[in-house]
Amino acid sequence: MTDPNATLAHHVDIADLAAHDKTYLDANELVINMGPQHPATHGVLRVILRLDGEKVLGLECVIGYLHRGVEKIGEHRTYTMFNPYVDRMDYVAAVSNGLGYCETVEKLLNVEAPPRAQHVRVILTELNRIASHQLWLGTHALDIGAITPLFYTFRDREEILKIYEKYCGARLTTHAFRIGGLQYETYTGFEKEVKNFLNFFRPKIDEYEELLTTNRIWVERTKNVGAISAEDCIALGVTGPVLRASGVKWDLRKAQPYANYKNFDFDIPIGENGDTYDRYLVRMAEMRQSVRIIEQAVDALPEGPIMAKVPKVMKPPAGEVYHSIEAPKGELGYFIVSDGSTQPYRVRVRPPSFVNLQALDLMCRGELVADVIAVIGTLDIVLGEVDR
Amino acid sequence: MHAIIDYISSYLTSDKTPGAAGNMFWVLVYIMLVFAGLSVAVIAMNWLERKILAHMQVRLGPMRVGPHGLLQPIADAIKLLLKEDIMPAEADGFVFWMAPLIVVLAAFTVFVVVPFGPTHAITDMNIGILFMLGVSSLSVLGIVMAGWASNSHYPLMGALRSSAQMVSYEIAMGLAVVSVILVTSLHGSGLYGVGGAGAGDGTLSMIGIVRAQQEQGVWFIFKFFPLGLIAFFIFAVSMVAETNRAPFDLAEAESELTAGFHTEYSGFRWSLFFLAEYSAMIAVSSIAVTLWLGGWLRPFPNLLNGDTWDQAFSFIPGITFLFFAAICFYNAVRMPKHPLFRVQTIGLFGFGVVLGLIGLALFVPAVSIRVQDIFWFAAKVSGFMYVYIWFRGTFPRYRFDQLMQLGWKVLLPMGLGVLILTAIFGLWPSIQQLIQRLI
Repeated sequence: MTDPNATLAHHVDIADLAAHDKTYLDANELVINMGPQHPATHGVLRVILRLDGEKVLGLECVIGYLHRGVEKIGEHRTYTMFNPYVDRMDYVAAVSNGLGYCETVEKLLNVEAPPRAQHVRVILTELNRIASHQLWLGTHALDIGAITPLFYTFRDREEILKIYEKYCGARLTTHAFRIGGLQYETYTGFEKEVKNFLNFFRPKIDEYEELLTTNRIWVERTKNVGAISAEDCIALGVTGPVLRASGVKWDLRKAQPYANYKNFDFDIPIGENGDTYDRYLVRMAEMRQSVRIIEQAVDALPEGPIMAKVPKVMKPPAGEVYHSIEAPKGELGYFIVSDGSTQPYRVRVRPPSFVNLQALDLMCRGELVADVIAVIGTLDIVLGEVDR
Repeated sequence: MHAIIDYISSYLTSDKTPGAAGNMFWVLVYIMLVFAGLSVAVIAMNWLERKILAHMQVRLGPMRVGPHGLLQPIADAIKLLLKEDIMPAEADGFVFWMAPLIVVLAAFTVFVVVPFGPTHAITDMNIGILFMLGVSSLSVLGIVMAGWASNSHYPLMGALRSSAQMVSYEIAMGLAVVSVILVTSLHGSGLYGVGGAGAGDGTLSMIGIVRAQQEQGVWFIFKFFPLGLIAFFIFAVSMVAETNRAPFDLAEAESELTAGFHTEYSGFRWSLFFLAEYSAMIAVSSIAVTLWLGGWLRPFPNLLNGDTWDQAFSFIPGITFLFFAAICFYNAVRMPKHPLFRVQTIGLFGFGVVLGLIGLALFVPAVSIRVQDIFWFAAKVSGFMYVYIWFRGTFPRYRFDQLMQLGWKVLLPMGLGVLILTAIFGLWPSIQQLIQRLI
């Protein structure tokens, strides 16, 4: 993946391939270029498929079509100024990105956000997890050919975006948090609206499941498709629902509690087979768990300040810090090196989508073309995050 | 001159289809009527599919062009006609040019034998159903040609998929059809009536098949219950696969192959594929209606028979159109009162008036007696069209190997079983005699 042109040249030349790979006649092998403009590659992912008929012999991901140099920009902005940029990476889970960044800088500054801020952070982040999973469900189902769930999930996601809009004015790239606490105090009726949403949303999950979970075609299309074992997941660094669907109970909210997740009671749903169907079930269950967490957080929302004492001009002590959170798509880590000035010396992001995308080749080998689409959908990648 | 008028008017007293009567003038008139009706049906279907699908998906669908988007299909047609016609540089020009023509020809030619009424067909062939299945399967040739001539990977894969799919589903479809043809040879009436030992001749004529249902007093979907139902089910599944519609729309799987075999087509050529797809849907639905649902016969011909019921049922076409008109008026009243919407309101009102006038005209006995066959046929076909849209809104897409599995491992054995059981049921008196003689 480092030098797309080098790998491209190798794979596009069919004659060259045939010479290397004696098991298949070159007449049997078809090299198909899927993307960067393709309805099912979720943005601008380019996949070069090597096919034997409909069977996938191997594939190569070419990324970078959405590269905006976010990490490099971080070196030229102050800590506060860089905060809105992280929202643009995983733009469907902007709140999680902001949370990860703010907490990392807080760790570097050695401050902690006050309890009220922590609670609101948890509420907004979990709402964001639901929104992200809704978008995943809609597009994943659309890829598999069920066009209707998309509209249902978008209708319900709208309610979350409305809460964001009321809270901070933005719907997608929210910039909801500030280093040391919150950007804004919650608006009047925030708790009530969040609770209303939860009551509205709980039956909606059942509605989605009604459409898909026991649908024969859906089950046939997703069961035993793109299965990946726990060992492979760990070896490839795959995290998030994909890892949990393979049966590994690893969720940073429990494993390395951040914010104040340790105060809340929730389960980590896991799967068994690590196939597309299990990943679907895990994410559906995660939405229910998020509802549980938000409910507890709203009920126990403490009064108090929303900002910790942070200097106006942030000059963290020289040093380096790594902090990661459980974003909707997996482990989202920030590695920040400070040289004691107002700007980071280096910002490195460990985006879950980028790492999870590595597993695509392994998951798709031996499957059919239609499964590649299903697997890309189930990995839940966002190209803004992959390319940064 | 006189001879010409005689020639034309001589058909008016005939009780045969123009083709069977050999009257070329009326054949041409019928062909034009069928072609026009079919085009209108495709346009209506285009609008209905968008609207129905939209309402299933909590959205409104087209609302801008004309009242409630009624003129959207026309706007689309104009757009398609005006679009640049692109042919890939490496394409095989002649084949690329021929492919949509073949598909359209195949899709429209089948309507030669579709009986909209006892005399309302272009012609009545004694091999009608064979002709229909044969010609409709020609369209696969056009699809393969389109995929091949585009000289591009996605269309090629789409074409391979759809040809494999259409060919394998035709077998199950054929078996289901054969079981109906067996039943047409019987004379007994009712669900299980077989009519004695010496069963008569079967028929392949589309009109003959409907007449057989009339004689036996039962729609073939209920004949030898549940065998007829199973055969109908097999046909209904196969026909969705045959027309490449969801959940079997692998050939044009948007999320996998962008647009399948017609990826490289644009403008008018593309619209020909579109036209062919929809008229093929209407064609296979017509087969299903003719074979299992009594074609042009009105519902409940046996339970609710007699002149009073005939009279009552002859009002239904008019009432239906008046109902549509009422919907139009209702929505015209509900239109926003803003001046911007005045044209739309007037348009919707005018559309309602047209529908209402058609409805009123259908109450005239002279009209209704001639048109109600067509109405019942069209109503049954539109039921199928609705189900097509419903499928599209509900189901995910099958994968290629699962599709093949369903076709070869489920539907084909089922079709064979139904065929054999139907034959046994049909020959039951003879079999009984045989057993008695043996004992």
